[in-house]
Amino acid sequence: MSTLHFVALAPFIAAIFIPAFYFLFRRVHTGWFVLPIPLVLFIYLFTYLPLGGEPMEAVQHSVPWVPSLDIFFTVYLDGLSLLFALLITGIGALVVLYSIYYIANKDGEPLHNFYVYLLMFMGAMLGVVLSDNLIVIYVFWELTSFASSLLIAYWFHKEKSRYGAQKSMLITVSGGFAMLAGFTLLYGMTGTFSLQEIISQAGAISAEPAFLAAMILVLAGAFTKSAQFPFHIWLPDAMEAPTPVSAYLHSATMVKAGIYLVARFTPVFGGEPQWFWIITSFGLFTLLWGSVSAVRQKDLKGILAFSTVSQLGLIMSLLGAGSAAVHFDVVEGESMATVAVMAAMLHLINHATFKGSLFMVVGIVDHETGTRDIRRLGGLMTIMPITFSISLIGIAAMAGLPPFNGFLSKEMFFEGMLHAAQFDVFNAQTFGWLFPIIAWTASVFTFLYCMIMLFRTFTGEHDPSKLEKEAHEAPIGMLISPIILAGLVILFGLFPNMLAYTIIEPSMQAVLPDLLGAGEQFYVNIYHWHGFNTALFMTLGVVFFGALLFVNMRRFEASAFYLGERDPLNWFYDSGMTGLISGAQSVDAVQMTGKLRHYFMFMMVFFSVTMSYILLSTNALVIDWANAGELSPYLVLVVAAMLVATVAIPFVSSRISAVVLIGVVGFIIALLFVVLRAPDLALTQLLVETVMVVLLLLVFYHLPEIRKENFKPAFKIGNFVVSIAVGAVVTITGLAVHAFRYDNAINPISDYFVENAYELAGGKNMVNVILVDFRGLDTLLEVLVLGIVAIAAVVLVKFKAKDGEDV
Amino acid sequence: MMKSRPIQFHVVTRITGFIILTFSIFLFFAGHNNPGGGFIGGLMTASALVLLYLSFDVQSIKKAIPFDYTQMIAVGLAISIITGIVGMFFGFPYLTQFFDYFQLPILGETELTTALPFDLGIYLVVVGFTMLTILTIAEDEA
Repeated sequence: MSTLHFVALAPFIAAIFIPAFYFLFRRVHTGWFVLPIPLVLFIYLFTYLPLGGEPMEAVQHSVPWVPSLDIFFTVYLDGLSLLFALLITGIGALVVLYSIYYIANKDGEPLHNFYVYLLMFMGAMLGVVLSDNLIVIYVFWELTSFASSLLIAYWFHKEKSRYGAQKSMLITVSGGFAMLAGFTLLYGMTGTFSLQEIISQAGAISAEPAFLAAMILVLAGAFTKSAQFPFHIWLPDAMEAPTPVSAYLHSATMVKAGIYLVARFTPVFGGEPQWFWIITSFGLFTLLWGSVSAVRQKDLKGILAFSTVSQLGLIMSLLGAGSAAVHFDVVEGESMATVAVMAAMLHLINHATFKGSLFMVVGIVDHETGTRDIRRLGGLMTIMPITFSISLIGIAAMAGLPPFNGFLSKEMFFEGMLHAAQFDVFNAQTFGWLFPIIAWTASVFTFLYCMIMLFRTFTGEHDPSKLEKEAHEAPIGMLISPIILAGLVILFGLFPNMLAYTIIEPSMQAVLPDLLGAGEQFYVNIYHWHGFNTALFMTLGVVFFGALLFVNMRRFEASAFYLGERDPLNWFYDSGMTGLISGAQSVDAVQMTGKLRHYFMFMMVFFSVTMSYILLSTNALVIDWANAGELSPYLVLVVAAMLVATVAIPFVSSRISAVVLIGVVGFIIALLFVVLRAPDLALTQLLVETVMVVLLLLVFYHLPEIRKENFKPAFKIGNFVVSIAVGAVVTITGLAVHAFRYDNAINPISDYFVENAYELAGGKNMVNVILVDFRGLDTLLEVLVLGIVAIAAVVLVKFKAKDGEDV
Repeated sequence: MMKSRPIQFHVVTRITGFIILTFSIFLFFAGHNNPGGGFIGGLMTASALVLLYLSFDVQSIKKAIPFDYTQMIAVGLAISIITGIVGMFFGFPYLTQFFDYFQLPILGETELTTALPFDLGIYLVVVGFTMLTILTIAEDEA
């Protein structure tokens, strides 16, 4: 285990102790105990930054986890992982600080839950970006979905919270599951789960038939997580989470996991036309859809949610366009495509800073006024001057105005899209001309919702009667984090090149490793003034048309477009869910009759049918008496007695005699075990029979007076056929297995146990040694099942359904 | 349950109940080298307890043996799971069991195994499960 392993595991370890701190120090806000963790991790990771400008060497450490399945817990830190890890810990620290003031430490507020979930998320997210093994990535990936869902449902007494949590869980987890399928396909093609080894084989696998399927499945994981159209619908509903969570998970880090995945897989899949077209077009469409939808929102957090969707689409489309760089060998084309990757990395950082600060500001507004509705807010500029200043900076960056950092990445985005339209690969010239047009249109809407956000909240008339409480400036503790982020917005805007060689070049190197020879590195130089080029005119156009639309908003304020808020795509999810539930209920109605004999029959019929199918389809139906053992007359007698008792059961009419007969069968089985020299089994069987008798005595007390049911002959014949068939299948299977063993000279596993029970486990009783040692895990899980059954029995008896109530 | 219980049943149970209990504990320890073990010992303990419950009424036994069977299941599971983890600190896979022979006072040379605490967990779960299920059904009034 290296220190880097502990970077990913530290939040989990800390999470174990947080509840103890919560209960021991009730006076102190639990957040103070959490804050050092991301802070220390951030400082530690910061030391990995190549501050001297030298190319960054990737660090790798491996610990075996399940070596037999090629699963190693390998940490791999290169520029891309470092960029994400710094975002996760850096924003994490700021968010924890902010949350200390946002969520008050009052009675009944389960702070320990909040911070345990938050740390769980932080660890999982670090695990995703630091792992090299695909299975480990998958495990952490699903953990982030899980933590996100728990955090959305933090205030679970609200119905909307539960709805949002379920929605995000279903969409992101099913995407993750598709991703797992993609990973397995990749394993099938390359024979390794290690991402770096897969990248080294990238050229060889592109001709495989499963290549495209693997690509699409991996993209399904990335698109659901990063809220790309049409999976974005979970993100607006995730805004029910406390605002620090929205700032952290649903704008700065978790939703960028999909971006990370796409960037990581660019060396594998990049250079394929499908990759280029799918990502670029989905990204651009998401950008447009998100920005148009954001304009319709009245809730400040709703605006930010759709804005996040749209910005994620922007980064995604840049990665799509940049993937073309893998394909180019010529130098000019290369730089045309790499500018897109560079813009993606830059915008990733920029978005985290300005969107993080904006979410925090919205949280402050909500906290201090009691509402986030722009129809009720207004005129807060003079009341909350600091909040207003931070918002102004964040919004200007989001709108893409100089001198803030958003302007730089926005310009580069336009440039990247203009380039992409002219690529002479992938038939980019067919529909490529649409790229800059969509990009520009979406930016106009982006500008429009930025103006709405700023002016509707902070200017206009202040009407205290519409607010829940009297508005005033937030406490300083709450303002620290957004001020730091806003400071970074300005800093990165004015001195963008401080990011260039420290983090952007190393991360580009990780996304496009094949473009560089040994010892080479990318040279990034970011500057504001590019001269009067197309991108600048596009920005000017955005400002002009965006402002024009805002001034004329009155014209469409009454339209159905503006009045509706909900994304129309939700219809698919909602009706899908209703359909799923009613479908499941209709299947249940057929199958769950409430009669044990039906359930038993279903199981037995299914078993017999599949078993006979396997026997017949594999030609395993061989019956061979040659190796049968001697049958002692005593054994014949015992079996005959058992047969008589069994056959008699259906013919007795009184319940007590049926129970006695079943008991007789059980005791004869115990006798059989004794004859066959299995004392442990005999003892167990005897005891089980004894306890069963007691249980039946108890149940008798509750049973109604016996009333013999009269069945139709058809029903009886059906039962008869099923029972005979089951008996026949079991007997034949036994015989066939017996014959198979002798035909193929297979040594039974019991030989191994006989030889090693005393040697390896120091026990003379083989049965017990198998139970506690050789197959200990089986036993453990069996008793776990026992525990669950006991709880189920208690619940069934104690919380009985009233008449007519369904379970 | 039955309102009046015959006095003979009472008297016999007092003696046999404890014989069965003792025997069940013997079975539990015998497990590694002779017939017995956690499952069997647990079932036998449970049957002895059930016998007690049958001959006396539930309330007085509850006072005499104040076990919470739900907790017994939880404790049993925890013991079994933790025994498995201990080996992991020494680099062995989960649930690796160890054994050795020791000279103990009175008992002489004795084999001690980590399988024993594991089996103790199984024993507790089996007793807890059986008793919890039977008592829940028995106490049900409806």
